[in-house]
Amino acid sequence: MGVHLETRKRRIKFLYWEECQSHDEALSRLRKVLAEDRIDAEIEIICVQSDEEAKRLHFAGSPTILVDGTDIQPPTTTHYAMTCRAYHLEDGRISPLPSEAMIRTALKRES
Amino acid sequence: MANLKIGDRAIDFTLTGTDGMQHSLKDYGGKYVVVIFSCNHCPYVRAWEERMVAIQTDYAGKGVHLIAINSNDAEQYPEDNFENMKTRAKEKHFNFPYLRDEDQKVAKLYGAQRTPEVFVFDRESILRYHGAIDDNYDDPNAVKRHYLRNALDALADGTKAPILDTQPVGCTIKWKSG
Repeated sequence: MGVHLETRKRRIKFLYWEECQSHDEALSRLRKVLAEDRIDAEIEIICVQSDEEAKRLHFAGSPTILVDGTDIQPPTTTHYAMTCRAYHLEDGRISPLPSEAMIRTALKRES
Repeated sequence: MANLKIGDRAIDFTLTGTDGMQHSLKDYGGKYVVVIFSCNHCPYVRAWEERMVAIQTDYAGKGVHLIAINSNDAEQYPEDNFENMKTRAKEKHFNFPYLRDEDQKVAKLYGAQRTPEVFVFDRESILRYHGAIDDNYDDPNAVKRHYLRNALDALADGTKAPILDTQPVGCTIKWKSG
């Protein structure tokens, strides 16, 4: 039937910095994928406000999406700061936005 | 808001490029000049970078010269230091000068706030367009409004850009503290 059954409630953290303008669109994409794939999830939205907070939260840039504690594209840096996040897309491009496919793949991973 | 307003005259500068040469705006007198505040680390810049190269290629024959300026604090953002700028210019085959604004004076004079942020000057060095490159940083194939290209086409046709000023979209310029 092609119906995707997802019974576990996923715990998602959406971290952003107000200065990076892509966060609204990123959150919309996340919600769209959750709705389309009928995934039960709880989203905690966190606005990161300082470098100290960025370091404490392991915030590698805005927006950052953690699914059950795992970054949807684990960063190669440990430079945690108030910055905008560069996502490496499937076609090799760089974007300030994660793709829907990237979000979907992360949600399908086992926690 | 930028300090320069549409109709204002360009502010001259002299900065060192990744080619090791000094570049002054006055060297481009009588040409169309596109000054873009840019950098290495910002994902918005990286998303638009290839479009910048393509625009320079497409408009070189019309006397258009792009100049990219990186004013970011390289202590906080080491990816933006001069050595890394040289690497980026080589890797991405920049066909325009990529200049280092180490003391951030040029960004402050222009009132630039974001990367990328575009200032288009006509042959008389008058500002004719300011803002974003186009309306879609995420997907070059989904662009609906080509602000910069439209402005350059209008200049070449001797008319006003259809849209004179847009909100720059990108990372904030990283200012030095103190």
